[in-house]
Amino acid sequence: MTSPSIADPKSPKGGDLVRRHRFSTRLWHWTNVLSLVILLMSGLTIFNAHPRLYWGEYGANPDHSWLQIGARNNAGYLRIGETRFTTTGYLGRWQDDTGQFRNRAFPSSVTIPTSYNLALARRWHLTFAWLFAISISTYIIWSLFNGHIFRDLLPKKGELRPSHIWHDIKQHARLRFPRGAAALKYNILQKASYIGVIFVLIPVMVLTGLTMSPGMDATWPWLLDVFGGRHSARSIHFITAALLILFFVVHIIMVVLAGPFNEVRSMITGKFRLPKEKNQ
Amino acid sequence: MSRLITRRKFLTGVALAAPTVLMGCDRLGASPTFRDLVFGSSEWLSYRAHRLIGSNALAPEFTEAEMSPIFRTNGNTQPGSADYARHQNQGFANWQLKVSGLVNSPRSYSLAQLRAKTARTQITRHDCVEGWSAIGKWKGVPLATLLNDVQLQPNARYIVFHCADSFGSRPYYESIDLVDAFHPQTIMAYDMNDAQLTVGHGAPVRLRVERQLGYKHAKYVMGIEAVASFADVHRGRGGYWEDAGYYEWYAGI
Repeated sequence: MTSPSIADPKSPKGGDLVRRHRFSTRLWHWTNVLSLVILLMSGLTIFNAHPRLYWGEYGANPDHSWLQIGARNNAGYLRIGETRFTTTGYLGRWQDDTGQFRNRAFPSSVTIPTSYNLALARRWHLTFAWLFAISISTYIIWSLFNGHIFRDLLPKKGELRPSHIWHDIKQHARLRFPRGAAALKYNILQKASYIGVIFVLIPVMVLTGLTMSPGMDATWPWLLDVFGGRHSARSIHFITAALLILFFVVHIIMVVLAGPFNEVRSMITGKFRLPKEKNQ
Repeated sequence: MSRLITRRKFLTGVALAAPTVLMGCDRLGASPTFRDLVFGSSEWLSYRAHRLIGSNALAPEFTEAEMSPIFRTNGNTQPGSADYARHQNQGFANWQLKVSGLVNSPRSYSLAQLRAKTARTQITRHDCVEGWSAIGKWKGVPLATLLNDVQLQPNARYIVFHCADSFGSRPYYESIDLVDAFHPQTIMAYDMNDAQLTVGHGAPVRLRVERQLGYKHAKYVMGIEAVASFADVHRGRGGYWEDAGYYEWYAGI
């Protein structure tokens, strides 16, 4: 027996080792892991330089901010609108490695660099923004060209029926994932989240990032019209980052539940062992 | 079946990877080679890309209704030198703006002479590197007018602004390329929001270079110098914050 062998691609069944992810998908995936982690953590340092968010064209300390992270009376707080949450220890006021209390929005355990340095954070952020923007653009063009988007990501007829979606939600909630050949295809919830991330969240992230650049606002003033001003773009950038974190958390939970060895291998080598059917 | 990665190992791995990434980033960010190679290339790429797709583009201008109710000050708000104090007490009546360097006919301008020149008024958004923005109205003489007066020599590549304020013993200064220097919205502003520029905002004259971040907009400008390279000016990175804090020289992002 020549196990593990690549199964007959025409009729794979549970237990077979099959080709799962193309090289372009795998390369993009790990480029994203690197750039998203660095962008997120350096972005938190940049936020720390002015931990308030506004709507509109302008926004500075005397103006009304809809979100603020700060400290007063030795307590950290997060204020959204008029509601204040006490966040001492996590946001606004926290202890560093030496036990010293610091009044700063995000703690050094989640920022790049770990010490507050806006100049370096901007260098990390703007450098990896190039990598991130170039890789999403290349990936979208390449995946349109090789058919990945139409074949694997766009929902098929019937998948958008409310009954089908509801069925999928129930299956996920019971942690019953597809087995055998069915595991080769993305289900409707996966399709929806991947499409949402690739075509909505990431492009919005890149474009709102560009809108914050005074140079880009001169060259592409329509960016300001699309997002409703530089400070709306900054707020949307922050909210979208939060949604990407949410995606990341759910994504990791799903990988862990579906079997991390098989899933991580499929994203590194491209090979995936189909889960055995229940009756085998 | 080999199970090299269990759920527990996977989660431990993810948890251990995070601090390693942080420490690695701190170490790389401190390395001069990494800075020059990676961060330097990225700044060059942004600078070149912006120049390629919109070197003559105008920064958005706003209406009076869109102006910030309060325009906060930032950085130095009162230069400490005796020289500046004297000018301030005299209402800048004897103050002069010197334009020199690689120019055919160096000149000095009084505030009255600057005000006598054709002015440009613009309502623009000021973006601080920290993240806040304020919209204000600026009036001043286009830098191009002054540079055409003194005539740049062919080897001039950058315009350096020498300022009256300083951080400790280190004077503030800034520099821009000739594309920004001759850009129609690049003005030496003497009025802000229909009144004389206040000391807090850079009296008597400050630079407005509307497509870059706030720290490029040098306040308290005393001298303008045309140079071939800014490598020999102060610490050689083209500006106070560029020298002191490793901020980008090209601050269009």
